[in-house]
Amino acid sequence: MKAIYILWLRQIKRYLRTRARIIGSLGQPLLFLFALGFGFGPIYEKAEGGDYIQFLAPGIISMSILFTATFSGIEILWDRQFGFLKEILVAPVSRLNIMLGRTLGGATVAVIQGTIVFFFSLLFGFKPANLHVLPFALIFMGLIAITFTALGTAIACFIEDMQGFQIVVNFLIMPIFFFSGALFPIHRLPKIVHFISSINPLTYGVDGLRTVLIGGSLLGVGTDLLVMASVAFVILVLGGHLFSRIQI
Amino acid sequence: MDLYQKMSPTPDEDIISVDNLTKRFDDFIAIDQITFKVKRGEIFAFLGPNGAGKSTTIKILTTLLRPTEGTITIDGYDPQLLPHKVRESFGIVFQDPSLDEELTAFENMEYHGILYNISRHIRRKRIEELLGMVELWDRRHELVKYFSGGMKRRLEIARGLMHYPKILFLDEPTLGLDPQTRSLIWGHIKEMNRTKGVTLFFTTHYMEEAERVAERIAIIDHGRIIIQGTPEMLKKETKTENLEEAFISLTGRDIRAEDVSRTERMKMRFRVFKRQRS
Repeated sequence: MKAIYILWLRQIKRYLRTRARIIGSLGQPLLFLFALGFGFGPIYEKAEGGDYIQFLAPGIISMSILFTATFSGIEILWDRQFGFLKEILVAPVSRLNIMLGRTLGGATVAVIQGTIVFFFSLLFGFKPANLHVLPFALIFMGLIAITFTALGTAIACFIEDMQGFQIVVNFLIMPIFFFSGALFPIHRLPKIVHFISSINPLTYGVDGLRTVLIGGSLLGVGTDLLVMASVAFVILVLGGHLFSRIQI
Repeated sequence: MDLYQKMSPTPDEDIISVDNLTKRFDDFIAIDQITFKVKRGEIFAFLGPNGAGKSTTIKILTTLLRPTEGTITIDGYDPQLLPHKVRESFGIVFQDPSLDEELTAFENMEYHGILYNISRHIRRKRIEELLGMVELWDRRHELVKYFSGGMKRRLEIARGLMHYPKILFLDEPTLGLDPQTRSLIWGHIKEMNRTKGVTLFFTTHYMEEAERVAERIAIIDHGRIIIQGTPEMLKKETKTENLEEAFISLTGRDIRAEDVSRTERMKMRFRVFKRQRS
């Protein structure tokens, strides 16, 4: 238990000590909010009849969590390279606890990033419907974060070089992002795209988060919660299994 | 201290016992049926040219790699069956640094203590004792990335001793250090051996170091142990004056080709990258 805590704390400390990283990784979501929010706003208003920034903000919050979480897997590669992974692997701590500590740490960082984006989105004119449900937003943000941190960890277990990791992760998360309903509503899309969206776990995360923040669920918030929680669990187990097989 | 007094070592007991250990990777045999024993409290040197199988052996003994064949007992436990028992029994200083450079010296020690389940009170006492020993107590709150190579190595040794291990593995602990630092580091390590009975298992390329420090030596080449015994025995056997000559007469003069691993290549690339940026 203490081992999980200390590995979690390590991630948080490392995050807080690299200010450049915090600011740098905010650039992309803020650019998306700015460019897409103002660029597609008028079109969306005509087509869907509503404020695009209301629709977009939950999607961009999810995006920043998705990217931060998945790429946090690269820290395993850093640890492998700088040797700290060996220090952890020779300690009398089970591999599963190591993986849990890491994942919770990476996920917490991703949620913090998402929260910062949330506050910025308020500056762009985003108005959450009811403020007292904000804690529920954190549940969905946490589930997205855990799912994709675990996914990043799982990938880092079998891809040992950084460029390879980046290529694979980009290849994987771009479609996950685009077909999640983060940028555009999925209910009127062609069948094939709709199908891809419906097997994409992030779709449920984005829908859940959007429902909590502004209402109007497409899939039902219960379904969202159930799907996200199950996917998070499955990927955690998978990541834990892969991590337990790591040799140096 | 308390832990060591309770241990009451029986002088002739083997703390490491390796029997017919083999490690095969896809296309080559890294270690080929090696057998050796290390006694409790002994200073044991494991020598060999580059690529002979030293690091692979240490990785297997320290539960980082699984053996292909053979039996191992460390402090009475099989690393494959009870890895945690084995992990509690040893400390290790790796060939490459293994510190978290974004953390302070104190945090590196503290986290190690927590991973090894040492209570807060004892942890604080030992951090002060060990950082004092390696003369880093005054700089405990500095980030490790600002430390020199010698300071990092000293910190790693202090960290490796933090849970009062019965065995300390040292994989080329003095590589790339100046004579002053080397002598300081060996002073600390030998003191731990003398006062706390820590068994030392080390590798080095500095033969005069091995000759001076080691009580017993095993030489491994091409994955096989070719000789083991006291430094005197090895010299007598090869009719040489010192260990360096004995080593060369046993392993030949060929320079060994060593595959540069992928991690190593990445590290080089990273260094170039850093240099370009600064």
